[in-house]
Amino acid sequence: MAQFSYQLVGDTAKELYIRALKILPPDVREALQKAYERETTPTGQEIFRTILRNVEVADQQDVLICQDTGLPIYLVKIGSKFPVDGAQVAAALKEGAKRATLEHPFRGSSTHPVTRVNPQTSVGEGLPIIYWDFMPENEFLDILMIPKGSGSENMSAMKMFIPADGVAAIKKFVIDTVLQSGSNPCPPGVIGVGIGGTADLVSKLAKEAIARPVGSHNHDPFFAKMEDELYEAINSLGFGPMGLGGSVSTLAVHIEWAFTHITQNPVAVNTQCWPARRARAKIYPDGRVEYGF
Amino acid sequence: MATYTLTTPLTEEDVRKLHVRDTITLNGTIFGIRDLTQIRIFDQKMDPPVSLQGAVCLHTAPSLKKVGDRWEKICVGTTTSGRMDRFTPGLMEKYGVRAIIGKGGQYQASLEAMKKFGGCYLAIVGGAAALETNQIVEVEKVYWEDIHPEALYQFKVKDFGPLTVAMDSHGQHLYYEVKTQAEKKLPEIYRRLGIPV
Repeated sequence: MAQFSYQLVGDTAKELYIRALKILPPDVREALQKAYERETTPTGQEIFRTILRNVEVADQQDVLICQDTGLPIYLVKIGSKFPVDGAQVAAALKEGAKRATLEHPFRGSSTHPVTRVNPQTSVGEGLPIIYWDFMPENEFLDILMIPKGSGSENMSAMKMFIPADGVAAIKKFVIDTVLQSGSNPCPPGVIGVGIGGTADLVSKLAKEAIARPVGSHNHDPFFAKMEDELYEAINSLGFGPMGLGGSVSTLAVHIEWAFTHITQNPVAVNTQCWPARRARAKIYPDGRVEYGF
Repeated sequence: MATYTLTTPLTEEDVRKLHVRDTITLNGTIFGIRDLTQIRIFDQKMDPPVSLQGAVCLHTAPSLKKVGDRWEKICVGTTTSGRMDRFTPGLMEKYGVRAIIGKGGQYQASLEAMKKFGGCYLAIVGGAAALETNQIVEVEKVYWEDIHPEALYQFKVKDFGPLTVAMDSHGQHLYYEVKTQAEKKLPEIYRRLGIPV
């Protein structure tokens, strides 16, 4: 039987990037289909038909759903019963993302922030983005890959409110950010909201929120209720698919939260487009790799 | 809400009959452009090496590969048009471009140019690049290869669409209309969420 190796992590990182670009998760498909059935305007219905046909074409022809291959983000969870060397995992993820880009091949979207030179590798200084987390019991390495497109990411926003602004400021910020984004983030997608933490943590929480299966709820009933409230509110704006008017403006609102400082009240919105792409792999000590979402 | 199938190049008459919410399917040739393509045309003052009279321009940055002398498509999709707003009036006035295909729409100056010169903005479904790539029959020519993937691309297309007329030559702007409607609903939405106004 094959054994775990860091080469295998690299191969898996490559495969995950390609799978995420081609295979839309089942929960996203279902949410889009239900949204189509709910949509009442002819323009909106036509757009949903195009969206669903596009997903079908990507499946049948084994091609990319969207040309924006995004920036690669890997959310890694290490299980206590399967300790691995983080430095070697990080190097393997970088190599895997680069190989996916060069060997598939597809457009590399990473670029130097000032010279704008694009190495056509999808990686570079500080990329891929890797978030680490730990699981107390599990005997596997869990890697969730998200290729984050810029149409939606460019519409993201963060603000440090003060405690006196209360929860009303958080809700208003979410609504106003969505209103400001309009048609740019390819709606209807997922609105990820981070609440609490620090400036950096709140942004990360918003990103983790868009990484959840569409329509799942926060474990805390208070925030789960707020998710539903904001979902209803955003859908009543009437932006519709692609912002051309209609009854479905978002597929879901997801909130992730953390404790914050007594003087702080941070909120972040991370916007995800309708192709809410993600791919997951679990790698076991015996070298088995299970792909999923 | 009319439905039209149009063949490029477009005439002023083709464009003037269109109104927001009409659905268009295109056949013929379209030109792929992006930020850098237009920075070269307008800021570096280099005329496009091909006539854009009556042209339809697509906001894109395609994944292509070069096999020998030929360019083959990997994935061609559409990018956000808002970033390239300042170039559209020039494309229409100076080079005779009749339509922009993009996502997210453009702003007032582009709308004015569309009214004055007979142009329109056609919204494609963003993110639907698998379908869009299928509707591109061939990459006929790539001009300014040195700035690929932001060069000037000539694509042959068949049944390209559906596209929604989102800005027309009569001053109608679908995105503005939708946003104005949304803003009218805001006070009620704030009230329901317990947000003081």
